[in-house]
Amino acid sequence: MARDITFTFNGHRMAARVEDYWTLLHFIREELGYTGTKEGCGGGECGACTVIVDGAAVNSCLYLAVELDGRSLVTIEGLAAADGTLHPLQKAFVDHGGIQCGFCSPGMILSAKALFDENPNASDEDIKAAIAGNLCRCTGYVQIIDSIKSVRREVEEGPRVVAWRGDDTER
Amino acid sequence: MHKFTYLVPRSLNEAISMHESRDGRAKYIAGGTDVLVKMKEGKLVPDCLISLKHIIAQDRPFLNTETGELFIGAFMTHRSIERSSLVQHRYPILHDAVRNIGSVQIRNVATIGGNLVNAVPSADGAIPLIALDGKAHIYGPKGYRLVDLARFFLGPGQCDIQGAEILTEIIIPRLAPRTGGAYIKHGRREAMELPMLGVGVLLSIEPDLATCAEARICLGVAAPTPFRAREAEKYLVGKPVTEDTLSEAGRIAAGESRVRDSIRGVAWYRREMVGVLVKRMGLLALERAKGSNE
Repeated sequence: MARDITFTFNGHRMAARVEDYWTLLHFIREELGYTGTKEGCGGGECGACTVIVDGAAVNSCLYLAVELDGRSLVTIEGLAAADGTLHPLQKAFVDHGGIQCGFCSPGMILSAKALFDENPNASDEDIKAAIAGNLCRCTGYVQIIDSIKSVRREVEEGPRVVAWRGDDTER
Repeated sequence: MHKFTYLVPRSLNEAISMHESRDGRAKYIAGGTDVLVKMKEGKLVPDCLISLKHIIAQDRPFLNTETGELFIGAFMTHRSIERSSLVQHRYPILHDAVRNIGSVQIRNVATIGGNLVNAVPSADGAIPLIALDGKAHIYGPKGYRLVDLARFFLGPGQCDIQGAEILTEIIIPRLAPRTGGAYIKHGRREAMELPMLGVGVLLSIEPDLATCAEARICLGVAAPTPFRAREAEKYLVGKPVTEDTLSEAGRIAAGESRVRDSIRGVAWYRREMVGVLVKRMGLLALERAKGSNE
Protein backbone atom coordinates (compact mmCIF):
# COMPACT_ATOMS: atom_id res chain seq x y z
CA MET A 1 0.00 0.00 0.00
CA ALA A 2 1.36 3.43 -0.93
CA ARG A 3 0.72 6.74 0.72
CA ASP A 4 1.55 10.39 0.19
CA ILE A 5 3.98 12.07 2.52
CA THR A 6 5.35 15.58 2.84
CA PHE A 7 8.69 16.39 4.41
CA THR A 8 11.65 18.71 4.10
CA PHE A 9 14.70 17.36 2.34
CA ASN A 10 17.91 19.25 3.03
CA GLY A 11 15.84 22.35 3.70
CA HIS A 12 13.46 22.01 0.75
CA ARG A 13 9.83 21.03 1.10
CA MET A 14 8.94 17.91 -0.83
CA ALA A 15 6.06 15.56 -1.39
CA ALA A 16 6.28 11.95 -2.48
CA ARG A 17 4.28 8.77 -2.78
CA VAL A 18 5.94 5.97 -0.81
CA GLU A 19 5.29 2.28 -0.32
CA ASP A 20 4.66 1.14 3.27
CA TYR A 21 7.53 -1.32 3.11
CA TRP A 22 10.25 0.99 1.82
CA THR A 23 13.07 1.77 4.19
CA LEU A 24 14.20 5.38 4.30
CA LEU A 25 17.52 4.21 2.86
CA HIS A 26 15.80 2.70 -0.17
CA PHE A 27 13.71 5.84 -0.59
CA ILE A 28 16.73 8.15 -0.48
CA ARG A 29 18.95 6.13 -2.80
CA GLU A 30 16.56 4.45 -5.22
CA GLU A 31 13.59 6.79 -5.35
CA LEU A 32 15.11 10.22 -4.72
CA GLY A 33 18.40 9.25 -6.36
CA TYR A 34 20.70 10.63 -3.65
CA THR A 35 23.43 8.05 -3.32
CA GLY A 36 25.64 9.77 -0.75
CA THR A 37 23.89 7.68 1.93
CA LYS A 38 25.35 4.17 1.84
CA GLU A 39 24.16 0.69 2.71
CA GLY A 40 26.84 -1.16 4.67
CA CYS A 41 25.06 -3.86 6.63
CA GLY A 42 21.35 -3.21 6.33
CA GLY A 43 20.94 -4.11 10.00
CA GLY A 44 21.69 -0.99 12.01
CA GLU A 45 25.20 -2.01 12.99
CA CYS A 46 27.61 -0.08 10.77
CA GLY A 47 26.14 3.43 10.52
CA ALA A 48 26.99 3.91 6.84
CA CYS A 49 23.32 4.70 6.25
CA THR A 50 23.16 7.40 8.94
CA VAL A 51 20.95 10.39 8.15
CA ILE A 52 19.49 13.09 10.38
CA VAL A 53 15.72 13.13 10.93
CA ASP A 54 14.32 15.98 13.03
CA GLY A 55 17.80 16.63 14.36
CA ALA A 56 18.45 13.04 15.43
CA ALA A 57 20.96 10.73 13.78
CA VAL A 58 19.23 7.50 12.73
CA ASN A 59 20.06 4.42 10.70
CA SER A 60 18.00 4.86 7.55
CA CYS A 61 18.15 1.12 6.85
CA LEU A 62 15.92 0.54 9.88
CA TYR A 63 13.67 3.58 9.45
CA LEU A 64 10.53 3.31 7.35
CA ALA A 65 10.07 5.93 4.63
CA VAL A 66 6.44 6.45 5.62
CA GLU A 67 7.61 7.66 9.02
CA LEU A 68 9.29 10.63 7.35
CA ASP A 69 5.88 12.30 6.92
CA GLY A 70 5.92 15.73 8.52
CA ARG A 71 9.57 15.53 9.43
CA SER A 72 12.83 17.02 8.23
CA LEU A 73 15.55 14.94 6.64
CA VAL A 74 19.19 15.87 6.20
CA THR A 75 21.53 13.75 4.10
CA ILE A 76 25.20 14.33 3.36
CA GLU A 77 24.21 16.20 0.20
CA GLY A 78 22.64 18.84 2.40
CA LEU A 79 25.83 20.01 4.05
CA ALA A 80 27.76 21.88 1.40
CA ALA A 81 26.52 25.36 0.45
CA ALA A 82 24.68 25.96 -2.81
CA ASP A 83 27.89 27.25 -4.40
CA GLY A 84 29.73 24.05 -3.47
CA THR A 85 31.59 25.42 -0.46
CA LEU A 86 32.17 22.54 1.93
CA HIS A 87 30.63 22.48 5.38
CA PRO A 88 33.33 22.92 8.07
CA LEU A 89 32.98 19.24 9.01
CA GLN A 90 33.51 18.12 5.43
CA LYS A 91 36.52 20.38 5.06
CA ALA A 92 37.96 19.13 8.34
CA PHE A 93 37.71 15.51 7.21
CA VAL A 94 39.55 16.40 4.03
CA ASP A 95 42.21 18.43 5.83
CA HIS A 96 42.88 15.94 8.64
CA GLY A 97 42.93 12.67 6.71
CA GLY A 98 39.54 11.57 8.00
CA ILE A 99 38.60 10.15 4.59
CA GLN A 100 40.28 7.19 2.90
CA CYS A 101 37.85 5.18 0.83
CA GLY A 102 35.04 7.51 1.82
CA PHE A 103 32.36 4.89 2.36
CA CYS A 104 31.86 5.60 6.06
CA SER A 105 32.34 9.34 5.65
CA PRO A 106 28.78 10.53 5.00
CA GLY A 107 27.58 8.65 8.08
CA MET A 108 30.51 9.81 10.22
CA ILE A 109 30.07 13.43 9.22
CA LEU A 110 26.34 13.38 9.87
CA SER A 111 26.82 11.75 13.28
CA ALA A 112 29.27 14.53 14.10
CA LYS A 113 26.90 17.19 12.78
CA ALA A 114 24.02 15.84 14.85
CA LEU A 115 26.29 15.91 17.91
CA PHE A 116 27.47 19.49 17.42
CA ASP A 117 24.02 20.78 16.55
CA GLU A 118 22.84 19.57 19.92
CA ASN A 119 26.05 20.13 21.90
CA PRO A 120 28.62 22.44 20.35
CA ASN A 121 30.86 21.93 23.39
CA ALA A 122 30.92 18.16 23.08
CA SER A 123 33.83 16.55 24.90
CA ASP A 124 36.23 14.01 23.43
CA GLU A 125 34.18 11.28 25.11
CA ASP A 126 30.98 12.70 23.66
CA ILE A 127 32.52 12.59 20.21
CA LYS A 128 33.53 8.97 20.58
CA ALA A 129 30.07 8.06 21.84
CA ALA A 130 28.49 9.92 18.92
CA ILE A 131 30.42 7.90 16.34
CA ALA A 132 30.30 4.59 18.24
CA GLY A 133 27.69 3.41 15.76
CA ASN A 134 29.77 4.29 12.70
CA LEU A 135 32.29 1.70 11.57
CA CYS A 136 35.39 2.57 9.53
CA ARG A 137 37.53 -0.11 7.97
CA CYS A 138 40.27 2.20 6.67
CA THR A 139 41.43 4.91 9.03
CA GLY A 140 41.64 3.40 12.51
CA TYR A 141 39.39 6.27 13.69
CA VAL A 142 42.13 8.56 15.03
CA GLN A 143 42.06 10.90 12.04
CA ILE A 144 38.27 10.89 12.10
CA ILE A 145 38.20 11.94 15.74
CA ASP A 146 40.88 14.58 15.06
CA SER A 147 38.82 15.90 12.15
CA ILE A 148 35.75 16.23 14.34
CA LYS A 149 37.68 17.81 17.21
CA SER A 150 39.19 20.38 14.88
CA VAL A 151 35.73 21.67 14.03
CA ARG A 152 34.69 22.00 17.63
CA ARG A 153 35.84 25.54 18.13
CA GLU A 154 34.61 26.59 14.72
CA VAL A 155 31.10 25.40 15.49
CA GLU A 156 31.02 27.65 18.52
CA GLU A 157 31.59 30.61 16.21
CA GLY A 158 28.74 29.55 13.96
CA PRO A 159 29.39 27.55 10.78
CA ARG A 160 27.78 27.87 7.40
CA VAL A 161 24.97 25.33 7.74
CA VAL A 162 22.17 24.54 5.32
CA ALA A 163 19.07 25.36 7.31
CA TRP A 164 17.32 22.17 8.21
CA ARG A 165 15.30 23.09 11.26
CA GLY A 166 12.36 23.49 8.95
CA ASP A 167 10.27 25.93 10.92
CA ASP A 168 7.96 25.83 7.93
CA THR A 169 7.15 22.14 8.30
CA GLU A 170 3.66 21.17 9.31
CA ARG A 171 3.09 18.20 11.65
CA MET B 1 12.24 -7.40 2.69
CA HIS B 2 8.80 -8.96 2.84
CA LYS B 3 6.13 -6.50 1.72
CA PHE B 4 3.65 -5.39 4.34
CA THR B 5 0.94 -2.86 5.07
CA TYR B 6 1.69 -0.23 7.69
CA LEU B 7 -1.12 0.86 9.95
CA VAL B 8 -1.01 3.90 12.19
CA PRO B 9 -3.49 3.76 15.06
CA ARG B 10 -3.92 6.89 17.19
CA SER B 11 -5.02 5.13 20.36
CA LEU B 12 -4.37 1.91 22.25
CA ASN B 13 -7.91 0.69 21.56
CA GLU B 14 -7.53 1.29 17.86
CA ALA B 15 -4.21 -0.58 17.87
CA ILE B 16 -5.73 -3.53 19.70
CA SER B 17 -8.74 -3.81 17.43
CA MET B 18 -6.47 -3.64 14.37
CA HIS B 19 -4.34 -6.42 15.84
CA GLU B 20 -7.31 -8.61 16.77
CA SER B 21 -9.01 -8.20 13.41
CA ARG B 22 -5.95 -9.52 11.62
CA ASP B 23 -5.96 -12.84 13.36
CA GLY B 24 -2.27 -13.18 14.17
CA ARG B 25 -1.02 -11.86 10.84
CA ALA B 26 -0.16 -8.45 12.28
CA LYS B 27 2.82 -7.45 14.42
CA TYR B 28 3.26 -4.36 16.55
CA ILE B 29 6.23 -2.15 15.73
CA ALA B 30 7.56 0.67 17.85
CA GLY B 31 11.08 1.89 17.02
CA GLY B 32 11.58 -0.98 14.60
CA THR B 33 15.21 -1.74 15.38
CA ASP B 34 14.35 -5.31 16.37
CA VAL B 35 11.29 -5.95 14.22
CA LEU B 36 12.79 -4.70 10.95
CA VAL B 37 16.04 -6.60 11.53
CA LYS B 38 14.05 -9.81 12.07
CA MET B 39 11.99 -9.13 8.96
CA LYS B 40 15.10 -8.57 6.87
CA GLU B 41 16.42 -11.89 8.16
CA GLY B 42 13.17 -13.56 7.23
CA LYS B 43 12.41 -14.50 10.85
CA LEU B 44 9.22 -12.45 10.88
CA VAL B 45 6.83 -12.23 7.96
CA PRO B 46 3.74 -10.33 9.08
CA ASP B 47 1.29 -9.09 6.47
CA CYS B 48 0.82 -5.97 8.46
CA LEU B 49 2.81 -3.84 10.89
CA ILE B 50 0.88 -1.81 13.44
CA SER B 51 2.85 1.22 14.48
CA LEU B 52 2.81 2.19 18.15
CA LYS B 53 4.73 5.41 17.49
CA HIS B 54 1.75 7.69 17.01
CA ILE B 55 -0.31 6.77 20.03
CA ILE B 56 -0.53 9.78 22.31
CA ALA B 57 1.66 8.80 25.22
CA GLN B 58 4.09 10.40 27.61
CA ASP B 59 7.35 11.29 25.99
CA ARG B 60 9.37 11.85 29.14
CA PRO B 61 9.77 10.13 32.50
CA PHE B 62 7.24 11.44 34.96
CA LEU B 63 7.75 11.53 38.71
CA ASN B 64 4.63 11.74 40.82
CA THR B 65 5.96 13.87 43.66
CA GLU B 66 3.14 12.81 46.00
CA THR B 67 3.46 9.06 45.66
CA GLY B 68 7.13 9.08 44.65
CA GLU B 69 6.34 6.74 41.74
CA LEU B 70 8.24 7.12 38.50
CA PHE B 71 6.37 6.45 35.25
CA ILE B 72 8.28 5.55 32.13
CA GLY B 73 6.26 5.36 28.94
CA ALA B 74 7.01 2.16 27.03
CA PHE B 75 7.22 4.07 23.77
CA MET B 76 9.96 6.34 25.00
CA THR B 77 13.23 6.02 23.14
CA HIS B 78 16.33 4.96 25.03
CA ARG B 79 17.81 8.29 23.99
CA SER B 80 15.11 10.31 25.68
CA ILE B 81 15.61 8.32 28.88
CA GLU B 82 19.39 8.73 28.54
CA ARG B 83 19.00 12.47 28.28
CA SER B 84 16.51 12.84 31.11
CA SER B 85 18.19 14.71 33.93
CA LEU B 86 15.58 13.30 36.32
CA VAL B 87 16.73 9.76 35.52
CA GLN B 88 20.38 10.73 35.51
CA HIS B 89 20.25 12.25 38.99
CA ARG B 90 17.68 10.15 40.81
CA TYR B 91 17.92 6.78 39.05
CA PRO B 92 21.52 6.59 37.80
CA ILE B 93 21.34 2.79 37.67
CA LEU B 94 18.90 3.18 34.78
CA HIS B 95 20.98 5.87 33.12
CA ASP B 96 24.04 3.57 33.34
CA ALA B 97 22.13 0.94 31.38
CA VAL B 98 20.39 2.89 28.64
CA ARG B 99 23.38 5.03 27.66
CA ASN B 100 25.29 1.98 26.44
CA ILE B 101 22.61 0.33 24.38
CA GLY B 102 23.54 0.07 20.70
CA SER B 103 24.57 3.41 19.27
CA VAL B 104 23.19 6.94 19.22
CA GLN B 105 21.40 6.06 15.98
CA ILE B 106 19.75 3.04 17.59
CA ARG B 107 18.90 4.81 20.84
CA ASN B 108 17.23 7.62 18.90
CA VAL B 109 14.53 5.26 17.65
CA ALA B 110 14.58 2.12 19.79
CA THR B 111 12.05 2.14 22.62
CA ILE B 112 12.42 0.87 26.17
CA GLY B 113 9.16 -1.07 25.81
CA GLY B 114 10.25 -2.69 22.60
CA ASN B 115 13.49 -3.84 24.21
CA LEU B 116 11.63 -5.37 27.15
CA VAL B 117 9.09 -7.14 24.95
CA ASN B 118 11.88 -8.48 22.75
CA ALA B 119 12.94 -10.23 25.96
CA VAL B 120 16.52 -11.18 25.25
CA PRO B 121 18.40 -12.47 28.33
CA SER B 122 20.82 -9.58 27.91
CA ALA B 123 18.31 -6.70 27.85
CA ASP B 124 20.27 -3.90 29.51
CA GLY B 125 17.18 -1.88 30.29
CA ALA B 126 15.52 -4.76 32.11
CA ILE B 127 18.15 -5.18 34.82
CA PRO B 128 17.86 -1.77 36.49
CA LEU B 129 14.09 -1.76 36.10
CA ILE B 130 13.89 -5.08 37.95
CA ALA B 131 16.30 -3.79 40.60
CA LEU B 132 14.02 -0.78 41.05
CA ASP B 133 11.05 -3.14 41.64
CA GLY B 134 9.48 -1.96 38.40
CA LYS B 135 6.08 -3.14 37.28
CA ALA B 136 4.94 -3.52 33.69
CA HIS B 137 1.63 -1.88 32.93
CA ILE B 138 -0.03 -3.88 30.17
CA TYR B 139 -3.19 -3.00 28.28
CA GLY B 140 -5.19 -5.48 26.23
CA PRO B 141 -8.65 -6.48 25.06
CA LYS B 142 -9.56 -7.33 28.65
CA GLY B 143 -8.26 -4.10 30.12
CA TYR B 144 -5.20 -3.31 32.23
CA ARG B 145 -2.98 -5.54 34.31
CA LEU B 146 0.22 -5.03 36.23
CA VAL B 147 3.10 -7.52 36.23
CA ASP B 148 6.25 -7.38 38.33
CA LEU B 149 9.13 -7.09 35.92
CA ALA B 150 10.95 -9.73 37.95
CA ARG B 151 8.25 -12.14 36.72
CA PHE B 152 7.74 -10.63 33.27
CA PHE B 153 10.46 -12.59 31.47
CA LEU B 154 9.54 -16.22 30.84
CA GLY B 155 12.45 -17.42 28.73
CA PRO B 156 14.76 -16.24 25.97
CA GLY B 157 12.62 -14.15 23.66
CA GLN B 158 9.47 -14.78 25.70
CA CYS B 159 7.62 -12.47 28.00
CA ASP B 160 4.23 -12.17 29.63
CA ILE B 161 2.45 -10.42 26.78
CA GLN B 162 -0.51 -12.24 25.25
CA GLY B 163 -1.98 -11.72 21.83
CA ALA B 164 -2.96 -8.14 21.16
CA GLU B 165 -1.72 -6.79 24.50
CA ILE B 166 0.54 -3.77 24.59
CA LEU B 167 3.10 -2.85 27.24
CA THR B 168 2.26 0.78 27.94
CA GLU B 169 4.50 1.86 30.77
CA ILE B 170 6.85 0.85 33.55
CA ILE B 171 6.06 2.03 37.05
CA ILE B 172 8.84 2.35 39.59
CA PRO B 173 7.69 2.59 43.21
CA ARG B 174 8.95 5.29 45.55
CA LEU B 175 12.65 4.92 46.33
CA ALA B 176 13.50 4.21 49.95
CA PRO B 177 15.58 6.93 51.59
CA ARG B 178 19.34 6.67 51.08
CA THR B 179 19.10 4.50 47.98
CA GLY B 180 21.80 4.25 45.35
CA GLY B 181 22.30 1.94 42.42
CA ALA B 182 24.73 1.20 39.62
CA TYR B 183 24.76 -0.97 36.53
CA ILE B 184 27.59 -2.24 34.41
CA LYS B 185 27.38 -3.74 30.94
CA HIS B 186 30.38 -6.04 30.77
CA GLY B 187 31.82 -6.94 27.43
CA ARG B 188 34.84 -6.69 25.23
CA ARG B 189 33.87 -3.59 23.33
CA GLU B 190 33.04 -0.05 24.32
CA ALA B 191 29.86 -0.01 22.27
CA MET B 192 27.75 -1.78 19.69
CA GLU B 193 27.48 -5.19 21.27
CA LEU B 194 25.19 -7.19 23.48
CA PRO B 195 26.68 -7.58 26.96
CA MET B 196 28.57 -10.67 28.01
CA LEU B 197 27.19 -10.02 31.46
CA GLY B 198 25.01 -7.31 33.01
CA VAL B 199 25.17 -6.55 36.73
CA GLY B 200 22.94 -4.09 38.57
CA VAL B 201 23.08 -3.43 42.30
CA LEU B 202 20.66 -1.22 44.22
CA LEU B 203 21.24 -0.59 47.92
CA SER B 204 19.21 1.27 50.50
CA ILE B 205 21.18 2.02 53.62
CA GLU B 206 20.26 2.80 57.20
CA PRO B 207 20.68 6.29 58.71
CA ASP B 208 24.13 5.22 59.97
CA LEU B 209 25.16 5.33 56.29
CA ALA B 210 26.83 1.95 56.63
CA THR B 211 24.28 -0.80 57.20
CA CYS B 212 22.29 -2.30 54.37
CA ALA B 213 18.54 -1.91 54.79
CA GLU B 214 17.55 -3.33 51.40
CA ALA B 215 19.46 -4.87 48.54
CA ARG B 216 18.67 -5.75 44.95
CA ILE B 217 21.21 -7.66 42.92
CA CYS B 218 20.08 -8.22 39.34
CA LEU B 219 21.93 -10.08 36.67
CA GLY B 220 21.62 -10.27 32.92
CA VAL B 221 23.08 -13.01 30.73
CA ALA B 222 23.66 -15.08 33.86
CA ALA B 223 20.53 -17.17 33.29
CA PRO B 224 17.94 -17.62 30.50
CA THR B 225 16.15 -14.51 31.77
CA PRO B 226 17.19 -11.46 33.80
CA PHE B 227 16.94 -12.44 37.46
CA ARG B 228 17.50 -11.34 41.03
CA ALA B 229 20.17 -13.07 43.10
CA ARG B 230 17.91 -13.33 46.13
CA GLU B 231 20.24 -15.29 48.39
CA ALA B 232 22.95 -12.70 47.86
CA GLU B 233 20.43 -9.95 48.58
CA LYS B 234 19.29 -11.60 51.83
CA TYR B 235 22.89 -12.01 52.92
CA LEU B 236 23.56 -8.29 52.68
CA VAL B 237 20.48 -7.04 54.53
CA GLY B 238 21.35 -5.97 58.07
CA LYS B 239 25.09 -6.13 57.45
CA PRO B 240 27.49 -3.24 56.99
CA VAL B 241 28.25 -2.68 53.33
CA THR B 242 31.99 -3.22 53.02
CA GLU B 243 34.36 -4.70 50.48
CA ASP B 244 34.27 -7.95 52.43
CA THR B 245 30.48 -8.26 52.66
CA LEU B 246 30.12 -7.26 49.02
CA SER B 247 32.72 -9.85 48.00
CA GLU B 248 30.73 -12.48 49.86
CA ALA B 249 27.49 -11.27 48.28
CA GLY B 250 29.20 -11.51 44.91
CA ARG B 251 30.31 -15.04 45.66
CA ILE B 252 26.77 -16.05 46.62
CA ALA B 253 25.32 -14.36 43.51
CA ALA B 254 27.84 -16.18 41.35
CA GLY B 255 26.64 -19.42 42.90
CA GLU B 256 23.02 -18.56 42.09
CA SER B 257 23.88 -17.87 38.45
CA ARG B 258 23.14 -20.32 35.70
CA VAL B 259 25.76 -19.10 33.28
CA ARG B 260 26.63 -20.92 30.11
CA ASP B 261 29.16 -20.90 27.30
CA SER B 262 28.02 -18.79 24.38
CA ILE B 263 29.34 -16.88 21.45
CA ARG B 264 29.99 -13.86 23.65
CA GLY B 265 31.71 -15.52 26.60
CA VAL B 266 32.38 -18.68 28.56
CA ALA B 267 30.61 -19.85 31.68
CA TRP B 268 33.53 -19.92 34.13
CA TYR B 269 34.52 -16.38 33.25
CA ARG B 270 30.97 -15.09 33.53
CA ARG B 271 30.64 -16.70 36.94
CA GLU B 272 33.93 -15.15 38.04
CA MET B 273 32.84 -11.73 36.79
CA VAL B 274 29.51 -11.90 38.62
CA GLY B 275 31.51 -11.90 41.84
CA VAL B 276 33.84 -9.12 40.74
CA LEU B 277 31.13 -6.86 39.35
CA VAL B 278 28.62 -7.31 42.19
CA LYS B 279 31.30 -6.00 44.51
CA ARG B 280 32.29 -3.18 42.19
CA MET B 281 28.72 -2.07 41.55
CA GLY B 282 27.90 -2.51 45.24
CA LEU B 283 30.64 -0.06 46.20
CA LEU B 284 29.41 2.45 43.63
CA ALA B 285 25.82 1.96 44.78
CA LEU B 286 26.92 2.64 48.36
CA GLU B 287 28.59 5.90 47.34
CA ARG B 288 25.50 6.97 45.46
CA ALA B 289 23.27 5.99 48.39
CA LYS B 290 25.35 8.12 50.73
CA GLY B 291 25.23 10.97 48.26
CA SER B 292 21.50 10.82 47.62
CA ASN B 293 19.71 13.74 49.18
CA GLU B 294 16.80 11.83 50.62
